[in-house]
Formats: sequence, C-alpha cells, structure tokens
Amino acid sequence: MEFLNAIVALTNFVLIPATAYGAQLALGALGVTLIYGILRFSNFAHGDTMAFGTMSVVLATWGLQAMGVSLGPLPTALLALPVGILATIGLVLLTDRVVYRFYRAQKAKPVILVIVSIGVMFVLNGVVRFIIGPDDQNFADGGRFLLGAREFRNLTGLDEGLAIRTTQGITLVVAVIAVVLLFWFLNRTRTGKSMRAYSDNEDLALLSGINPERVVMVTWMIVAALAVVAGTLYGLDKSFKPFTYFQLLLPIFASAIVGGLGSPIGAIAGGFVIAYSEVMITYAWKKVLTYVLPETLAPDGLVQLLSTDYKFAVSFMILLIVLLFRPTGLFRGKSV
Amino acid sequence: MKTLLLSTAAALAFTGGAMAASHEGGAVKIGVILGFTGPIESLTPNMAAAAELAMTEINEAGGVLDGMMLEPVRADSTCIDSAAATAAAERLITSDGVVAIMGADCSGVTGAILANAAVPNGIPMISPSATSPGLSTAEDNGLFFRTSPSDARQGEVLAAILADKGITEVAVTYTNNDYGKGLSDAFISSFEANGGTVTISAPHEDGKADYSAEVASLASGGGEVLAVLGYADQGGKGVIQASLDTGAFDTFMMGDGMFADSLMADLGADMAGSFGAVPWSQGEGAEAFTSVTEAAGINGDTSFTRESYDAAALLALAMQAGGEATPAAIAANILNVANAPGEPILPGELAKALQILKDGGEIDYVGATNVELIGPGEAAGTYREYTVEDADYSTVQFR
Repeated sequence: MEFLNAIVALTNFVLIPATAYGAQLALGALGVTLIYGILRFSNFAHGDTMAFGTMSVVLATWGLQAMGVSLGPLPTALLALPVGILATIGLVLLTDRVVYRFYRAQKAKPVILVIVSIGVMFVLNGVVRFIIGPDDQNFADGGRFLLGAREFRNLTGLDEGLAIRTTQGITLVVAVIAVVLLFWFLNRTRTGKSMRAYSDNEDLALLSGINPERVVMVTWMIVAALAVVAGTLYGLDKSFKPFTYFQLLLPIFASAIVGGLGSPIGAIAGGFVIAYSEVMITYAWKKVLTYVLPETLAPDGLVQLLSTDYKFAVSFMILLIVLLFRPTGLFRGKSV
Repeated sequence: MKTLLLSTAAALAFTGGAMAASHEGGAVKIGVILGFTGPIESLTPNMAAAAELAMTEINEAGGVLDGMMLEPVRADSTCIDSAAATAAAERLITSDGVVAIMGADCSGVTGAILANAAVPNGIPMISPSATSPGLSTAEDNGLFFRTSPSDARQGEVLAAILADKGITEVAVTYTNNDYGKGLSDAFISSFEANGGTVTISAPHEDGKADYSAEVASLASGGGEVLAVLGYADQGGKGVIQASLDTGAFDTFMMGDGMFADSLMADLGADMAGSFGAVPWSQGEGAEAFTSVTEAAGINGDTSFTRESYDAAALLALAMQAGGEATPAAIAANILNVANAPGEPILPGELAKALQILKDGGEIDYVGATNVELIGPGEAAGTYREYTVEDADYSTVQFR
C-alpha cells in the first residue's frame, strides 16, 4: 500500500507532467533541428514562430467558439490547428522570401544567419504582441480531466490522488502522430529523401538534380507545422502568453543540442532528457521517500536538490555538460 | 534650429516665472507621486483623482491657513524603478517646491524615495498603498506615514484566523518580490509564535505558464491548507489551479493580493471552504466617501482610492493645525489630526475640520478608512475575514 502510494505520488507530480512537457519540447526541438540540418543555422525565431502559430490557432478557436462549434470533450483548438498551420506556413515562407533567401544567395556564414534570425525573432515578438497583446489567453475548452485526483482516490482507496488532464493525454497522442508522420515523410517519400540528401551533402545533392529552393520550401512548411502543433499543445496544457514562448527557446535549444543538432531522433530524446531532469532535480522527494523508507529513516527535510526557481538553470547545466564532453550530442548530430 | 531652441528656452523661462509667481501668490504645492506607468497603472489614475478630490474640497472651502490654495503636482513613481522614482521625487521637491508628498505607491520605490529624497530634504510623505513591514522600521526622522496597514499586521490577522480554526500545519507559497517576501515573513513568524508549523515556504515567480513543479514541492511538504500570498491575476492563481488539478491541496488561505472577483469566477466553484483576509473599510466613513466620489464623478471603488483621499486630506489638515505651510509643521501635526481626541471628521466634512482647527479646536480625522495611526505612523487597518462559498466571498467577521 505504502509502495503504491509512493508510485502514485511520483506519477502524479513527476512522470505525467514531465512526459507532457517532454513531448512539447521534443516537437519544438524537431523544428530547430530540421532547420539546423537542412538550412544550416540555429533559428532563434523558432520560439516566436510557435507563439505566432499558437496565436493564429487561438484566434481561429475563438471564431469557432463564437459560431458554436465544439468537439465535445476535446478542445476546439484541435479543429483550429489547420488554420494556424496554414497561417504560419504563409508567415515563414514570407520571411524566407524576404529575409533568408537574400543571405542564402550570398552564401552567408551560419553566424550571420543566426543574427538575422534574432532580428526576425524581435519582429515576430512585436507582431504577436501587436495582434493579441502581451497578456495570458486561455483558449482550452472541453473536458478538463481524463481522470480526476478525487475520483482516483475514491476508486482505489489510496491516500494519493492521480490526475490526468485531457490536454496531457492529447499532447502525447498528437505528438506521437506528428512524429510518426514526420519520420514516414523523411524516410519513405521522394521529397523526404531529397531533404536528407541535401542535409548530408549539399553539393552532391545539387549535382544529382535536387532543386534546392524546393527542399528549403518544404522544410519551412514542415517546421511551421511542427511549431504550431508544439505551441498549441503547450498553450492548451498551460496557457498562452507570448513571453513564455520566448522563454521556451532555451529548453528547446538545449533539447536539440543534447540530442545532437540535425538528428530528429536526438531531438525527441533530448526533449525528454531535459524535461525529466528539470522536473526531477527540482522535485522535493520527501513525500515519496516517506512512503518508501522505514519510519526511522523518513526524512525531515524536503530532499530537494534545487529550488524550483532554478528550473531553467537545469537546462543550462545539461547544455554545458553536453557541450564540454560530447559536443555532437547523444545521437551524433553535427558539432555545434 | 537655433530659433527653435531660443524660443523653447524663452517659453520655459516664461512658464518658470509664471509658476514662481503663482507660488508667491498663495498656492501650496503637494506632490502626488504614483506609478502612472508600470504594473499598477490601472489603479493609479483613480488614486490620484481621489487625492486631488480632497485638495479640491479644501480649496472650495477657502483653502488652508489664510486662503492658500492647494495645488497638486503629479509625478510618476513607475512602481518598480527606484532610480526613476527618486529622480521624480527630487524634481518635485527641488524644482516644483512641494511641501509634502502624497505617495508613493509600491513599497520598493516608496522606501527609495523616503531614503534618497524625502529624508535629506525634510519633506513629509504619506503613502496610501505601501504595505511592506520593512517600512515600519525605515529611518524616516518622523517624516513617513501611511494610511494603509503594514503587512506585519496582516500576517498577525492571518495567523489568528488559523489559530481560531485550529489549523497547525500549513504550506506557504509567496510571490517572489518585496510584498510577497515581507508578508510571508510576517505571517510565518506570527504563525510559529502561535505554535504552528510551516512545512515548506516556497516562492513562485509571476507570469509563468506552468506551476506544476512549484506545486509538486508544496505537495511534498504537505500541510492542512496552502497559504497563497500572491496575486490573483498572476502566479497565485496559477498555483491554486495546479494544486486543484493535481489534487495536492483542496483548501487555501489567501492574502490580500488574492482578493479578486475574477478568481472566484474562474476557480471559485472548486475552492469551497477556502478563506482569507483583505483590508476593508466599512461604516459611515466608507459610505460618505462613496457619496463624495459619486458627486464628483470619480470612480472610488478601485483599490486604495480611500487611502489616497485620506492621505491628501491628512496633509492639508496637518498644515492647518501647524499654522504654516512648511514641511516641518505638517510632519509634526499629522498624528494630532489623525487620532483622538477631537471631533470625528468624515469625507466631505473637510471644511468643517478646517473651521474647527482655525478656531483652535481639535479633530480626529476618521476619513474613508477609519484612520487610526499607530506605532511609527501607520494605519491600524481593519481586515475582513472571508470564506469562499458558492463561488463567492462571504464575510465571516472583521478583525
């Protein structure tokens, strides 16, 4: 019984939140890693691309809600996703045409493209705040819980509750679907293969007749779709506020680099590594240990390695350790 | 360009001369320094309007002393930028020549203005809204007063509520700034003095999307209730939401920053049995204030408007009681006019108060908030203890 309580407490406060967060980070990191692998620069505007996409979804959701459309227990935002994805594809293709293509034609160094993307980031930052404002927006609707804490307690008779929010369930399902589609596309379709070829060796790919502009365009479209999905899931699960998307940039880059820049599998693994470390290192283990250990050994203190204030510092630390000891990341991506 | 510069300079010299002239002609300037930009910019316009309403009332009654008119001069405290606030106060004192300051608003900038501008220049100030306990012990040379109670008092009130309910173990979370830290320190020391145990005291940052990590730690600490000393539209709400979601806590005790109708609308239904305290004004004074503001067409329902009116009225009455419009006379007489003995004065009765003082009588300024200045010159304050029932606040008693 004690042991079951410990497991439930751990699942409720660590495993479930960390898994949902990890899935959101993984989707974000996939976008960063694809840009790095194919366009060969670190796209700092990615966080704000997510914010722009989520904003489009929020606006479309409000429109649908006003028309009385709903998905029952599921959030209406899922219906609005395609609208957000189309709007964001339009936006990234526009920035590519207006900004990035110029530098690509000049064969600019990656570091210049990074600075350019920071400029794009500031512009998007402003655009999003201009349209929807800097405040919190809540756009989740439908059923809130798959399993409520109180229900679970009554059902099992355990002291600890276990809650699974609908948005956490949706996050995992949608993330799995998105990842499966992406890998199928990259490994099985002609366009996907040409993208990988272009990433592996640009000159050889050009010689074999791959159209670079087409590869670039498809990459941006996929990245936009991933960014919107990641941003919307994060916004549904937490809440939408432009500034938090800007803050997400750090854990997302940490995930991509830890996994190995340019490696899609690495991005997913990195997302979960970062999410689990952030949550587990800042978790106070007192409760779980009290259940598991014999009474005489039960801790008085909180058994917390770092205060929750230092959550973002964990991403930094992991980033530093990986860059020092294994610069290519866990899955042998490109060296930074 | 040169002509433009010249003409601007000429215009400046002219207005400067005009202002000096009006000063000599019998006007007294009072600084109104509030955060017109920054985090509480939605509250400050009404606060300033309430303070200026008190001054208008005095002027319509013929002004203070021998017909000297009060003239408010606004300045921006920004609420968060101490350097900017100090510069603004310095400008009020040295360039505009104010004799007293109504302000500032937020605790951090109020302390900065007090230490860097008011004390060196000997200018008295009354803050309507700075509640940090730290200001009670700040070195003020008898120049600092406030019409809002210190959070040290709120900490005692919250601890007393818990003692009445027989709750001995709580987890505490506070917003990570001067207000949250001060209030949680005050609460924890009173609560522990009553024999209570704080299982964990963890700060939270405002404006984040996700508070599940904070709530996980709080849940691990455990406790009968979770004391939330934050803001209702910021992290405080996020913490409550995440606690309800994960089943970590069902009952919450809330500080004054958590008192908001929006919180009840969003989460009230799940918070039945939660409780808290909020500074409250009731009785004749509050009603009189409502009718005065309605007559003047000012919105007096938002936070700290009553305290602002009282602060400005106290400055003017102290001036009258001291017999001269100097900083020293004002500082020396604020406690005399604010406290008993004397004729009780409600909002709208400032003319009567001036007359009594002119005739050599004594007044006890009650104002909109039942002003009673204790200790180093701060309001004792009345708190409303409430519980949450049917997604609404229901009054238990006043403390």
